[in-house]
Amino acid sequence: MSQLASLTFYHNDDARPVIEAILADNPGVQVLNMPGVVKLDREGDIVIKRTTVEERLGRPWDPQEIHLILISMAGNLDEDDDAFSVSWKHPPPFNRG
Amino acid sequence: MSAKKLGLKQRYAHMTRGLDWETSYQPMDKVFPYDSFEGIKIKDWSAWEDPFRLTMDTYWKFQAEKERKLYAVIDAFAQNNGQTGISDGRYANVLKLFLTGISPAEYQAHRGFAFAGRHLRGVGPRVAAQMQSLDELRHLQTQIHTISHYNKHFDGISEFSHMHDRVWYLSVPKSFFDDARSAGPFEYMIAIGFAFEYVLTNLLFVPFMSGAAYNGDMSTVTFGFSAQSDESRHMTLGIEVIKFLLEQHPDNLPIVQKWVDKWFWRGHRVLGLVAMMMDYMLPKPVMSWKEAWEIYYTQAGGALFQDLARYGLRPPKYADIATAEAEHISHQNWAIFYQYTHAAAFHTWIPDAKHMDWLSEKYPNTFDKYYRPRWEMWGRMAKEGKRFYNMALPQLCQTCQIPMGYTEPGDPTTIAFRSSRFRGETYHFCSDGCKDIFDAEPEKFAQSWLPVHQIFQGNCGGATIPDVLNYYRLANGADNLDYVGSPDEKLWNEWQADKLKTAV
Ligand SMILES: [Fe+2]
Ligand SMILES: [Fe+2]
Repeated sequence: MSQLASLTFYHNDDARPVIEAILADNPGVQVLNMPGVVKLDREGDIVIKRTTVEERLGRPWDPQEIHLILISMAGNLDEDDDAFSVSWKHPPPFNRG
Repeated sequence: MSAKKLGLKQRYAHMTRGLDWETSYQPMDKVFPYDSFEGIKIKDWSAWEDPFRLTMDTYWKFQAEKERKLYAVIDAFAQNNGQTGISDGRYANVLKLFLTGISPAEYQAHRGFAFAGRHLRGVGPRVAAQMQSLDELRHLQTQIHTISHYNKHFDGISEFSHMHDRVWYLSVPKSFFDDARSAGPFEYMIAIGFAFEYVLTNLLFVPFMSGAAYNGDMSTVTFGFSAQSDESRHMTLGIEVIKFLLEQHPDNLPIVQKWVDKWFWRGHRVLGLVAMMMDYMLPKPVMSWKEAWEIYYTQAGGALFQDLARYGLRPPKYADIATAEAEHISHQNWAIFYQYTHAAAFHTWIPDAKHMDWLSEKYPNTFDKYYRPRWEMWGRMAKEGKRFYNMALPQLCQTCQIPMGYTEPGDPTTIAFRSSRFRGETYHFCSDGCKDIFDAEPEKFAQSWLPVHQIFQGNCGGATIPDVLNYYRLANGADNLDYVGSPDEKLWNEWQADKLKTAV
């Protein structure tokens, strides 16, 4: 059975570079637009890479800034200085260290 | 050269661990008296994981930023008379239901997490529960601040806190949180942290706030999403709690399973109010309850319970019944409020032809067959001056406290009744789910404060409707009854006329 990992963001300027980074790094991600919010779904996992967001943003980006734009999620979450992920895979896409 | 900056994981470890200590003046069991009676076994509290690794200093920084953004929008909304730009005056009733029914529950959640944050023995979950406790207080405050602007113009808002503790349908969310808060700290965490926050809260906030955005209510969108931006942290806490309990000891599984079954069904019943809001109360609907259920329960819940199956946990009992009810619940709930509009603190209406066509499209299996004919009949009766009011007080379900208006699974023309005997008395239920919950804890649920019983016992101001409305502080002729003919409608029409004048 399908297991979608999912992230829902505000549809605003702060979230746009993060959404673009997800689209760039996660082939097959599905986009559901709702008024005010955008929901991104992908089979298994979704990864956000700090470097990809920074390329778009043109400034350093701390993955914890995601707290300001993320409004819902599905999956087991992992976060460190370089990436943020939600995943149903075991083990998760990057290690807990 | 400066010292190398610590990584996120190290920083989190330094800022959250080792903050607690083994007490010596008093035994630990006296300091933490509530974390053993539920039967949950914890071998190693330090195995707790908080994947967000949010430390208190970062928490304050982000929350302050969220508040700054939110209050800028609230101010702009007030300065620009944003209330005149909503899709229709009917929309305000969504906010009345929210403020009277949901916001006080935020306060209950605040208190519940404060309790869990005090009484769980491990420092990891205590830090997370304390943050959530503060979040929930922030949610209540921002909701009051936002909706207070609507209170300057619309009826049914000013006595929200008084009403929450008294009005018949508000006892549904109130008793839900009373039940959770009077449980032990582990059940509370599974009830609110896991079942409500992880499994069900998306169904409340995402469609509600998208609905607000679509209906021109920018202030509500902003408080909703500002609250919801705490939600991914809450959801993570919920999922970590359940994984932690299931990993700690195999004896925890049957206890946790029982709580998951109970709180899924309790939450499903409370969210029936949201179903009705989405399908009937938004002048411009965004998605149907059935669609939202498909995305947020069938799909998201499916993935979750597939993941948790490795611990032996199965999906909640009666999830199939809840999914089948998604075809019916909003129609049955709005019909209850339509019949009892004289005792509700918001306005009701019959959906217009265009809205009924939308419902037919969204509910091809049920709307035209079972629900459209009833609305059309009530519409005809109203035209003939015989608007239907139900003047009998309804029998309530002892568990969910909702009037017994729901139908049998698989037979939408027969009302479902269940009952149990306890200490020589008969108790009534709307469903097998609610009956099971009572049967597992009859001593608790036999004490329920049921609004209808309380009226009959003379505890609600008197025996007549004006007496009871008075006790509710519900202004007859302003807060209640149909939208058509209400002071709200009159005001809204004046605003529209003003806009036309200004345009000319
Ligand atoms: Fe909340
Ligand atoms: Fe019930």
